[in-house]
Amino acid sequence: MKLNKTLLAFAISAVFLTACTDDEKDASLTDGSQNSASGINDASTNGLGNGSGINGSGLSGNGDYASTLGPEFNDPNNPLSKRTIYFMLDSSEVMPDFIPVINAHAQYLVANPTQKITLEGNTDERGAPEYNIALGEQRAKSVASMMKIQGVSESQVNVVSYGEEKPAAFGNDESAWEKNRRTEIVYLPK
Amino acid sequence: MIFIRAILWVVVLGLNIQNSFAELNIEITQGTESATPLAIVPFGSDSAPVNVSGVVNADLERSGYFKMMDERAMSNQPSTASAINFKEWQGLGQNYMVIGQVVSAGPGQYNVQFQLFDVYKSGQILGYKMSSSGADLRKTAHYISDLIFEKLTGKKGVFGGRIAYVTTNSQRVHQVQIADADGYNPLTVASSIEPLMSPAWSPDGKKLAYVSFERKTAAIYIQTLASGERVKVAEFPGINGAPAWSPDGTRLALTLSKDGSPDIYVLNLSSRALTKLSKSMAIDTEPSWSPDGSSIVFTSNRGGNPQIYVVSSQGGQEKRLTFSGGYNASASFSADGRSLVMVQGSGNNYRIAVMDMGTHAVNVLTSGPSDESPSFAPNGSMILYAAKKGSVGFLSAVSLDGKMQQKIVFNSGEVREPSWAP
Repeated sequence: MKLNKTLLAFAISAVFLTACTDDEKDASLTDGSQNSASGINDASTNGLGNGSGINGSGLSGNGDYASTLGPEFNDPNNPLSKRTIYFMLDSSEVMPDFIPVINAHAQYLVANPTQKITLEGNTDERGAPEYNIALGEQRAKSVASMMKIQGVSESQVNVVSYGEEKPAAFGNDESAWEKNRRTEIVYLPK
Repeated sequence: MIFIRAILWVVVLGLNIQNSFAELNIEITQGTESATPLAIVPFGSDSAPVNVSGVVNADLERSGYFKMMDERAMSNQPSTASAINFKEWQGLGQNYMVIGQVVSAGPGQYNVQFQLFDVYKSGQILGYKMSSSGADLRKTAHYISDLIFEKLTGKKGVFGGRIAYVTTNSQRVHQVQIADADGYNPLTVASSIEPLMSPAWSPDGKKLAYVSFERKTAAIYIQTLASGERVKVAEFPGINGAPAWSPDGTRLALTLSKDGSPDIYVLNLSSRALTKLSKSMAIDTEPSWSPDGSSIVFTSNRGGNPQIYVVSSQGGQEKRLTFSGGYNASASFSADGRSLVMVQGSGNNYRIAVMDMGTHAVNVLTSGPSDESPSFAPNGSMILYAAKKGSVGFLSAVSLDGKMQQKIVFNSGEVREPSWAP
């Protein structure tokens, strides 16, 4: 039983104090952008099992930086207000409906070369979790390559896949699944 | 900052403790008719803190090999050999029976003894006496289950084993936990508000490799369970996923996408040398070693949809193994190398299937609809997997013949990616 206590005491915990809500249905309010820049500051102590993942600097408030960039990001008639690209089952091909959205973001990034984004690839819950990580990455990379063709520089675009691990909608039916097969365009603070 | 950290630490520890005592329920969801009748007579006991015979009964029932006698049908409950009337137990249709005692032996100490009898031969075939602390009585009970199981089936028992898995609670806190094979005594190994994935046991059972997104990017860590010490072994650009230990514990197979598409690599854990094994432009992931370490199976969609392929662990020709169904993934071998378990998807139905490596015949074991992440018990008799009904995720186990199923229900949150310790 001594072992158990040791394990408990050394349990590595990387809980951030983010204002993360349970309901992430509004895709523009992803928690992905909250700590992207400032949350990574503790690499030197990683590997010691003493709670090294905990840091208070991730407290950046509301993570939706895009909405602070200009009125066009909040105008429902402007494609910049749309920052989620949806996909068909087991596919990473961008559907025609979303090409204007990707183009609008690409043009903004070309005009603002110091602005950086993260493309977060996601899948629905079905199938193998690690296969879904790979599928999510393909979805993010499809969007990235369309942006790069239009002149967005390599250094402006970061890609990460969360696979099925960060659902936007909970539920085990097609209405939830289709909301989860997505790439989110997350603007980073400058 | 230090102040904030101190507060967080308390909050986090609180979470861990709460989750570590989360209650579990085990339900037998499907039984089998051909199982051997076995009676575990409730042990004579003076105030032991654990119902030892109850744990043994539940273990053996879960295995699927035995049809356990309901204790309410026992007209008497002998705890010594001389008190057994074998004719009576023959009349009750029992092939084997177990009696025993748990006797106090000083503060917090107990002497446990049991005897296994062949009811038709009217003779003892196994008997042990052991001492145990009160805290270890559950472990002792699992050990008794292992001894009885091995005597009656010829296979090593797995009741004293452990499992690892990932839980996610309603606040979306992810935890890697380990627990006894029956889900009791859960302990938190790692906790993060960002995803944790793919816990993999080292062959000696002392370490876990797992994937953590705690730094907003995927990294693979190896953590020593006893000390909590951990080492980051992979944090390349892109995917760092699907860690799998070589059977000798010296190498880790993993998935990296640093060169473009996800490929299978082997990382030498002492030299840190990295060898690329698969070279397709498609998705290659979920490596798993053959028990002799000579080959690695993995999932690839190079043929248009996910299928299982095999490659020598030294590299070389990659060969497709699965041809039936449009979705085969998450393959891993049984310890004897004769069976390969996998997830087989068809439409919206994902089920656990086993391929016979001799004949390549595939047997579907479960009914779905959301069964994933299968892991063989070390003795090959059971397969642990993650299942979902509605939006509730839980662990389930199925016997290799598919006849016996049980589920382990966690009362808090969802539980996924189970892995049986070697």
